[in-house]
Amino acid sequence: MQQRLRWTAGAALGALAAAALAGCGGGGGGGAAQAREPIGGATGNELAEAQVLRLGNGAEIQTLDPQRGQDIPSSNVARDVFEGLVNEAPNGDPVPGAAESWTVSDDGKTYEFKLRRDARWSNGDPVTADDFVYGLRRGADPATASAYSFILSPIVNADEITAGHLPPKELGVRALDDYTLEIKLKNPTPYFIVLLAHSITYPLHRATVEKYGVEFTRPGNLVGNGAFVLADWVVQSHIKLVRNPYYWDNASNKLDEVWYYPTENQSAELKRYRAGELDQTYWVPTAELDWIRKNLPAELLIAPYLATYYYGFNLTRPPFKDNLNLRRALTLAVNREVITKQVLGAGQIPAFGFVPPVIHYTGQQMPEAAWTQEQREAEAKRLYAAAGYSAEHPLQTEIIYNTEDDHRRIAVAIAAMWKQVLGVETAITQQEWKVFLDTRNQRRDTQVYRNGWTGDYNDAFTFAELYRSNAGLNDSGYDNPEYDRLVTAAQSELDLDKRAELLQQAEKTLLADLPILPLYFYVSTRMTKPWVKGYYPNIMDHQLHKNFYVLRH
Amino acid sequence: MLAYSFRRLLGAIPTLLILIAFAFLMIRAAPGGPFDTERKLLPEIEANLRTAYHLDEPLYRQFGRYLYGLAHFDFGPSFQYRDYTVTELIETGFPVSLKLGGLAMLLALVVGVAAGCLAALNQNSRVDYGVMALSMTGISIPNFVMAPLLVLVFAVYLHWLPAGGLGDASNLVLPVAALALPQIAYLARLTRASMIEVLRSNFIRTARAQGLSTTQIVLRHALKPALLPVVSYLGPATAAVITGSVVVEQIFGVPGLGRFFVTAALNRDYTLVMGVVVFYGVLIIAFNFLVDLAYAWLDPKVKLG
Repeated sequence: MQQRLRWTAGAALGALAAAALAGCGGGGGGGAAQAREPIGGATGNELAEAQVLRLGNGAEIQTLDPQRGQDIPSSNVARDVFEGLVNEAPNGDPVPGAAESWTVSDDGKTYEFKLRRDARWSNGDPVTADDFVYGLRRGADPATASAYSFILSPIVNADEITAGHLPPKELGVRALDDYTLEIKLKNPTPYFIVLLAHSITYPLHRATVEKYGVEFTRPGNLVGNGAFVLADWVVQSHIKLVRNPYYWDNASNKLDEVWYYPTENQSAELKRYRAGELDQTYWVPTAELDWIRKNLPAELLIAPYLATYYYGFNLTRPPFKDNLNLRRALTLAVNREVITKQVLGAGQIPAFGFVPPVIHYTGQQMPEAAWTQEQREAEAKRLYAAAGYSAEHPLQTEIIYNTEDDHRRIAVAIAAMWKQVLGVETAITQQEWKVFLDTRNQRRDTQVYRNGWTGDYNDAFTFAELYRSNAGLNDSGYDNPEYDRLVTAAQSELDLDKRAELLQQAEKTLLADLPILPLYFYVSTRMTKPWVKGYYPNIMDHQLHKNFYVLRH
Repeated sequence: MLAYSFRRLLGAIPTLLILIAFAFLMIRAAPGGPFDTERKLLPEIEANLRTAYHLDEPLYRQFGRYLYGLAHFDFGPSFQYRDYTVTELIETGFPVSLKLGGLAMLLALVVGVAAGCLAALNQNSRVDYGVMALSMTGISIPNFVMAPLLVLVFAVYLHWLPAGGLGDASNLVLPVAALALPQIAYLARLTRASMIEVLRSNFIRTARAQGLSTTQIVLRHALKPALLPVVSYLGPATAAVITGSVVVEQIFGVPGLGRFFVTAALNRDYTLVMGVVVFYGVLIIAFNFLVDLAYAWLDPKVKLG
């Protein structure tokens, strides 16, 4: 999925779905992209005098320590303050970041990065290969206890270091000279470059980290190599970034300040946006979509997002254990169009597969995706009867989900569809998030559980690995050796086409076994003021704010 | 007086210990832990984290460690906001909540008591019904309705005031109003009821018989006894309001202490939950003590000792 899409509310929902699905195969730029608007002259576009961007950022960030960050709000700020070896272009493709170029050995196991000689830390020190070695070792170090250390797992010895069996200096990473970094991998890993977009791979300024300890992320202490530098941080109030004059690409950065505001209450955020205090929101409340489409249609931007919303079946106990017919019946009885259009309505894409549109991959679908809903329901009734259920002897089951308004509305809608089409008696139960995670993972009491997965990086593997038999997140207890074999083979297959083929085979297997009930692919939704330019929605929803600028308004 | 204060202080220690022990056990008994996320941690990483935060020790040792820290004013590091200690978070959050809550209580006290007196002096008149109707409305409309309404009218439509954030005095108006409105309503009702009762008592009749003016009677004789129930309400209410309200803080984007109450519990941020609970407990105890001192001043029948 490399298409740059600028979808407004006016765009037909059907067109969105079609374009998004078509986009998986095709790729390439273009589409309905928002062109970078010319400035000055006859265009009437003038840069605003104050180049200040004010953003809603969801919940308060957990940390600005790039190796410890695990929440999306933290990574949004870290992306402005630090710069990894590789950056992402507005459409999500990897482009040179702190490294100006790199080469890969023929066996795919050795990467050599040439760093920019003009890259500087925000205190003026040069950014060297040692800084990257320091950051990567710190990410693998068990003392750092990073939740995302698995991102480094392809690197030689990374897992052994994280497990505490080897010291961090044994990591397969070394500085050949000040500006050349070598990374050695255990196996060829074709998506390794994509992994380098993650904050755990960012370099750190060793002297300040060692001087300030846990306080190295404070304003005044934090030394970064990104386009912006931390000027102020008041927890639960705001984070203020200002231009980093030492940044190598400072000349093309138009913004002087970026402000992040924690906005965990969606409708309060929308009010601050409408009052002119925010230039872009973090999200849009479902309940306000109709009002926005009527009143501010041009400011609503919706784009496909790297995440799947689905239900899981618990395969370790009845009624879903060894009962493919029943799982298929429940999967086919759900009318996804009703959920995406009537229950949610932001333009979510009905899903008959598991992997959302990612690069170098063709999403697989259940064969019934091509049917009409009537045909699916007829088949669902047949399968339900074949599984031994009937009006007199209906299935009694339970959907369990974590407390949130949209999850509740979806669960109610699905329970009603199952009742209407098949006569299933469904209880719906909600649990607070941490309790829910625990229940789901126990696989003891659950029957049908709500799930959603946001990819960690732009590759099908971040989805495929979830349902390996030994995966920690396989809350269904799915165990198919053929699936494991395909995913493991894909992990080290160097030929991109063969690899995609293996992963597609795996997804087909998953959809034939149905440990899950795919519902829809997420979209990112944001409100953006018309004078803010440079925002290109992409599948990861990663934004480099050095690409943004503000027009006079 | 000094001896009384000292005895009260000693009495507060077991209360606090029980509170700490209860909160300590309750938050650990809640299902799910601080490091549970959607992305499951590697077992080695989780073990490292548990060791780093001493969660691998037996409960009594954790509790002992916590008390030892408290005795040194160390609330420990926050689990959720990893770059900060709980003490730092309380230090940034409390002054904001104190400013908002203090202003709101001051406003509520002045307006609420005045409105209550006005209603009591004009009992069963239009003024009385008007004040009581307004205060009933104020009590029944919850904050999560009132606050967004204020934002919508004064920030989004009229553009008179900012919708959120902290900056100058104009940022304070809406959150203070949202915090004060229910308190004004409650205090008005409380003052009215108590004032009516006092105005009917014998010593007021005597004062009237002696020919004192209504103003003199109210200010000199009636107000002090009429304020007794108000003062006993004020103690815990002030402690609650100055430690922040999660609803008001989220809606106005204000960095107060109230948001920590809720987010810390949801995130199972053990140390932050404990820090906020202990802090709040100390404040309640302190304010109850102040209420008792105020009683001695307001009511000649009360003797401390």
